[in-house]
Amino acid sequence: MHESVKPDGITPSQTVGPFFKYGLTPNGEYAWNDAFTNSTLTPDVSGDRIRIEGRVFDGDGVAVPDCMLEIWQPDAQGRFADPQDKRALPNASFRGFARCGTDKDGNYAFETIKPGAVPDPDGKPQAPHILLAVFGRGMLRHLYTRIYFSDEAGNAADPVLALVPTDRRATLTAVREAGKPVYRLDLHLQGENETVFFDV
Amino acid sequence: MAGEEFAMTFIYPTDSNKAHPLPLSPDYKSSIKRAPNKPLIPMRHTLSELTGPVYGHETVRDGDNDLTRQHAGEPLGERIIVHGHVRDEDGRGVPHSLVEIWQANSCGRYVHVRDQHPAPLDPNFTGAGRTVSDASGYYRFVTIKPGAYPWGNHHNAWRPAHIHLSVFGYSFVTRLVTQMYFPNDPLFPFDPIFNSVPDEKARARMVSSFDLENTKPEWALCYRFDVVLRGKNATPMENH
Repeated sequence: MHESVKPDGITPSQTVGPFFKYGLTPNGEYAWNDAFTNSTLTPDVSGDRIRIEGRVFDGDGVAVPDCMLEIWQPDAQGRFADPQDKRALPNASFRGFARCGTDKDGNYAFETIKPGAVPDPDGKPQAPHILLAVFGRGMLRHLYTRIYFSDEAGNAADPVLALVPTDRRATLTAVREAGKPVYRLDLHLQGENETVFFDV
Repeated sequence: MAGEEFAMTFIYPTDSNKAHPLPLSPDYKSSIKRAPNKPLIPMRHTLSELTGPVYGHETVRDGDNDLTRQHAGEPLGERIIVHGHVRDEDGRGVPHSLVEIWQANSCGRYVHVRDQHPAPLDPNFTGAGRTVSDASGYYRFVTIKPGAYPWGNHHNAWRPAHIHLSVFGYSFVTRLVTQMYFPNDPLFPFDPIFNSVPDEKARARMVSSFDLENTKPEWALCYRFDVVLRGKNATPMENH
């Protein structure tokens, strides 16, 4: 039986290519509906509503107009909407996942809530963060990074940030705009200000 | 020590990732300025990496897995069934995983506004679909066989016919976007994207197999494609 054969490895990744928009992020421009939007917000979600925005650049500093970004995060109490997290709230409508394509100038934006702290494997708190996956033409496999927040004192003790050379931590830190619930983080796929990507 | 409530059932060995292409694959020219130059930083998986999105019934509508019935008429081309299982590395089915596909039409033309290939668009074909794997990991689409198409990577460059697949699995680190190819495509040796996967056996896992048994007589040919995700060692992360 075909079904009983143990695979000899995982299916390799291939690029999303330049033409994913009509399938993955149509946003009203094609005859197809969006499975996901760039917002995690639901009517019943509690927590501080924030916007995270920025641009994506390639190694020449040129804006990348055909990236797809996906975020994954817990609720304001640090609980993931996944039964594998034993602390997950049953029946909450908050899912913690969103998707956004970059526009012609490389801009992206997410509407979400400030995530709560999540424990590391030793049970110690990590600083609040959001996971970010970056897909694009020219990217044979997506890249994983994290979004931290400039106004979180916990960053100094975060065990993952501690793995990152001090002079590169800014590439993971979204900066809060004065007086607004808006954070800004540009992504650089390559070059002097290259974003830190993780081998996970 | 960790509280028991944080313990996860699965671990995902990073060794499995060796099947993937390296970020920089110079024959694929678009990778040259979009691959990081600095090494990726290894880290232990935390709850953030080990969990992943769960879908509600609202994500997929009835009929979203049939790309031949989204318009007033039927698309031109060779009608096919594409089916298989989403599995983990031990061969276990991965249930309730979202599978999204997108593809060119039978002439090798994408509906995307920036596709300038001078082949006709088909008013009866968008080329996008989605479904959720069932309790055994099984998924199924009805579509038409996509055509090969030229691209500007190098002189006389043609992509082998393929269907793009996006799959989620159990966690954010099992996330996979790949391309399903068709058996015995003569373009394989010349395609830098297909050949960006260094291992020949791994490349073979991106090629579907012709499935005569599940062909529907007088109606459609059938191809089988299993998607294998990470998730090998079903061992508790810690003892209790």
